[in-house]
Amino acid sequence: MIGEHLPALQVVVPLVAAPLIVLARRGAAAWLIATIASFVSLAIALALFVEVREAGVVSYALGSWAPPWGIEYRIDAANSVVLVLVALLASFVAPYAWRSAAFEVPEDQHYLCYAMFCLCLAGLLGIAITGDAFNLFVFLEISSLSSYVLIALGRDRRALLSAYQYLIVGTIGATFYVIGVGLLYLETGTLNIADLAARVAEVGTERPVLAALAFITVGLSLKLALFPLHFWLPNAYAYAPSIVSAFLAGTATKVSIYALLRFYFSVFGAHELFEVLPMGAILLALSVAAMMLASLGAVFQDNLKHMLAYSSVGQIGYITFGISLANQPALTGSVVHLVNHGVTKTALFLLAGAVAFRVRSVRFERLGGLARAMPLTCAGIVAGGFSLIGVPGTAGFVSKWYFVLGALEAGSWSMAFLPVVSSLIALWYMWRFVEVAYFRAPGPALAGVKEAPPALLVPSLALIAVTVFFGLDAPLTVGAAAQAAQVLLGGIR
Amino acid sequence: MSPFPGHYSYAVTIFLMIAGLYIVIARGNLIKKLVGLAIFQTSVYLLYIAPGKLIGGTAPIVDARYAVYSNPLPHVLILTAIVVGIATLALGLALVVRIREAYGSIEEDEILEQDRASASEEHGRAA
Repeated sequence: MIGEHLPALQVVVPLVAAPLIVLARRGAAAWLIATIASFVSLAIALALFVEVREAGVVSYALGSWAPPWGIEYRIDAANSVVLVLVALLASFVAPYAWRSAAFEVPEDQHYLCYAMFCLCLAGLLGIAITGDAFNLFVFLEISSLSSYVLIALGRDRRALLSAYQYLIVGTIGATFYVIGVGLLYLETGTLNIADLAARVAEVGTERPVLAALAFITVGLSLKLALFPLHFWLPNAYAYAPSIVSAFLAGTATKVSIYALLRFYFSVFGAHELFEVLPMGAILLALSVAAMMLASLGAVFQDNLKHMLAYSSVGQIGYITFGISLANQPALTGSVVHLVNHGVTKTALFLLAGAVAFRVRSVRFERLGGLARAMPLTCAGIVAGGFSLIGVPGTAGFVSKWYFVLGALEAGSWSMAFLPVVSSLIALWYMWRFVEVAYFRAPGPALAGVKEAPPALLVPSLALIAVTVFFGLDAPLTVGAAAQAAQVLLGGIR
Repeated sequence: MSPFPGHYSYAVTIFLMIAGLYIVIARGNLIKKLVGLAIFQTSVYLLYIAPGKLIGGTAPIVDARYAVYSNPLPHVLILTAIVVGIATLALGLALVVRIREAYGSIEEDEILEQDRASASEEHGRAA
């Protein structure tokens, strides 16, 4: 009975949890509701993931209005992976939030922080699950509005300005997206993504469709922080509370990438469209710029969180690199990297939060000799760094392997070197942390600093363990990603 | 090409779109930026609603007497978009209030100047 309504419950559970938290008000109860909502979401996402493995596609007509008239929730191999990723990361961040938020967010705002966390989770899951282009916009705004509030909760006053800047950029992005959807609606008269795909193919390369493609690309690129539209991201992640940067870094940009994948492959799958507008070439150039320039930017940061944020922009470049090549191994790499980088970066931001908890700063000049005071945390950051670099045995290696395969399949030896070169830059910026933490004498800022409490350490290191597990048991993630890539490429006509 | 007068609503839409976006980019005052953003979002309401209206069209009533009707769906969509737009504007204004409390200014260049000053101070203290 309840099984058939799982797609709706996936979004409804965190959505209802948010007002419940506001009613509960007390910090402990609020945290408990948020944590339970995250765990339930994960259970539902896993159940849907298993169901999709068997059934292929799960379609749910919201309010029993048959698609394409009503809103359809449609889960296939591609978005079931994204649902699991988002719910999984929420389930690691929520337990961690107990100690971290108590330290970083004023006590009278705890319940609001948890309520916004649940709203953001509902929005992100909604973007992934919905099969309706306008519904996607609404969920995009639910997740964005709550993330602006979450970022503004940071203690530093610069968090306010970062949240404001993100609000401006995010709203422009979402409005661009909705302009694109509007043009598609005018041209085809439908908003259902599966239905749009069939009708866009009939319309061909009319100018409004090209304009829609351009608007949706730019709008979603702002949201997913594609280089050079990433300028909002580093400050937003650096000044937000640790749980917020950890959660958003792993999920918000990844879900926008999924939306872009959905539009590129499922809706605009027609080859002629991409011949008129050379999207692949543009995306390739920007991805390469992200992989090189944003990664280089990470080298020159003087703050651990800023460094991780710039590295995120670089790693997003890998994912779009795979999208631009658009062949089976490259796209598999993109989906795997979406998962692997989401897990890795969230784990790293959680550990950076543990550092902030003890040292009260994440500036490198204060972190000299940190490894002696916080050995486990630093070991975790180094292990996460291995995954960013792509050392064999970590998750990052698996995805980079597929990017190289994808570039070779595209027939380009020189492109196959790009991920390798970018990995060397990642090695360079992670080395900076190692140099500071392991080879410098402990400074006065570290006097009396102990290892982080288990409440912070256990979720972060568990997530690092997941990174290593995904690296060692590659068939698990690669299998799911290969199916997702197959579904997406199936949309190309 | 269709004649221009029949499509004047698009001209208005595009003018509002560009004007709004220009204000967001060109103005340094945080309130004015939000006003520009609101104009930009409003232009999209027009983009959706104007094509849905047919002159002489009625509500979609299934009856032999009514043959021409306007599409009601864009109105419903835009109702949602208006709610989103209001929420965004309200949140943006609330943030500006907090920024004013924290920095004592709502001019972007003055705020960034203060940030630079405090950043170099922080740097100096640590060195």
